[in-house]
Amino acid sequence: MTTIKAAGMTRREVYEAQQRKRSLIIAATSTLVVVACLIIFVPMSPGWEKVQRSFFNGDVLSDTFPKLLDAFKINLMIFAWSAPAIAILGLLIALARDAKSPALFPLRIFGAAFTDIFRGVPVILTVYLIGFGIPGLGLPRPWNSPYIWGSLALILTYSAYVAEIFRSGIDSVHQSQRSAALSLGLSERQVMRDVVLPQAIRNVVPSQMNMLIALQKDVSLLSFIGPVEIFRQAGVFKSLTANFTPYVGAAIIFLIVTIPATRYADYLMSKQRKDRS
Amino acid sequence: MAKLSLRGVVKQFGANTVCDGIDLNVEEGQMVCLIGASGAGKSTLLRCINLLEAVEDGEIFLDGEDIAEPGLNPQGVRARIGMVFQSFNLFPHMTALENAMLAPRRVHGRSKADLVGEVKELFTRFGLADRMHNYPDQLSGGQQQRVAIIRALAMRPEVMLFDEITSALDPQLVGEVLDVLLMLKQQGMTMVLATHEMGFARQAADKVCFLKDGKIIEEGPPEALFDAPEREETKAFLARALK
Repeated sequence: MTTIKAAGMTRREVYEAQQRKRSLIIAATSTLVVVACLIIFVPMSPGWEKVQRSFFNGDVLSDTFPKLLDAFKINLMIFAWSAPAIAILGLLIALARDAKSPALFPLRIFGAAFTDIFRGVPVILTVYLIGFGIPGLGLPRPWNSPYIWGSLALILTYSAYVAEIFRSGIDSVHQSQRSAALSLGLSERQVMRDVVLPQAIRNVVPSQMNMLIALQKDVSLLSFIGPVEIFRQAGVFKSLTANFTPYVGAAIIFLIVTIPATRYADYLMSKQRKDRS
Repeated sequence: MAKLSLRGVVKQFGANTVCDGIDLNVEEGQMVCLIGASGAGKSTLLRCINLLEAVEDGEIFLDGEDIAEPGLNPQGVRARIGMVFQSFNLFPHMTALENAMLAPRRVHGRSKADLVGEVKELFTRFGLADRMHNYPDQLSGGQQQRVAIIRALAMRPEVMLFDEITSALDPQLVGEVLDVLLMLKQQGMTMVLATHEMGFARQAADKVCFLKDGKIIEEGPPEALFDAPEREETKAFLARALK
């Protein structure tokens, strides 16, 4: 004890250091036990060799992985143009739903109907209906492209959710901020633009990050209407190699992107919670 | 003619009458203090004057013009009447300087470059020159409230309303905010305060009004009202407040 105290630690710090060491040892031991069990018992199951061959085949993985990465660029591309469109449309819908002037009443109804419809229908159904339906009108190239209409389906669906998150953000700005801004002579529109929205948007950044992550994954739904993105590409390789490993490869590629993004969103969330308390 | 004049102002929230026929005259350069228990209607009356609440009945004259006229665009009136709140209500996403420059830029259409000199001058005058570029959460309560006063003054208002602006402050910070009010009084600003600071009201006010249940029960110069109140309600309130 005295030697540790010589290092300049208080009694509490000494106690806490011991506690930390203890929990570290317990956590490491229990993790080791679980991993060891997995390594020992999973291969003992009767179907393991078959599963290993068809899902975790190293040769298939190294053959297909670069091409899967190539196909993932299509996901990124669709994501890259959909995300800004969703942010803009979502914000406009949120503002439309909060519009107060009677002249804008139709806009309010439209906003409410929009969010009800697109939150109420499964994404895949919207993708099918818009992705097959609109090109079915007999539009000339390039206007019959599934890239356009598939993206539109994603944009409409996600805007509905994003709009609701923006609205909750607008509601989260305290009424006294509006009072203060109005008392200075600002118009309703200026109050919204200069005082309420900047705070509202900041408040919902973590939630919107989660929407972005979900969108990144849902881009794969477009594979059902044509674009050969990573999921579709993995399916092609599965047929060619008669092996499911390409799907595992696709999952790994998704995780490389989504895990850091999810961690970052969680970090923002906890930071915000700390800031508020 | 009084700078600000209220005639029979009535404000109701549902069945609850918060201001019940209030008459009040505020002369140019006067400081009028509204005192009374919480819920007496002081804050609501100030919000009515700034048109943050629409009055049910009565008239409010600013330079002889009735600003309580239903349907009147409140923006022009609010630009002429500054208001400071109990909870400061600074905009947390802007620095102190940006807080003060927002309204003159948006409402009067003035450029940052044109404004920055005179706004900085306000910060200097109220001892906050070294705090201009801080965000509100980096300032103490007293500093935040002084920034809120500067923000209102940057609009060059003709009348200032103060809604219990020291009630949310630690006792040792109250003085620095009240000092600002004294400076404004010296410069001839017309002011209406809702306040619980009886000592300050007695020392600085030109007129004190005692409100109870949405009515002005008694009003007069501070010496008269504090030392020789006529109404029993006033005596009872003062006995409790000055204890």
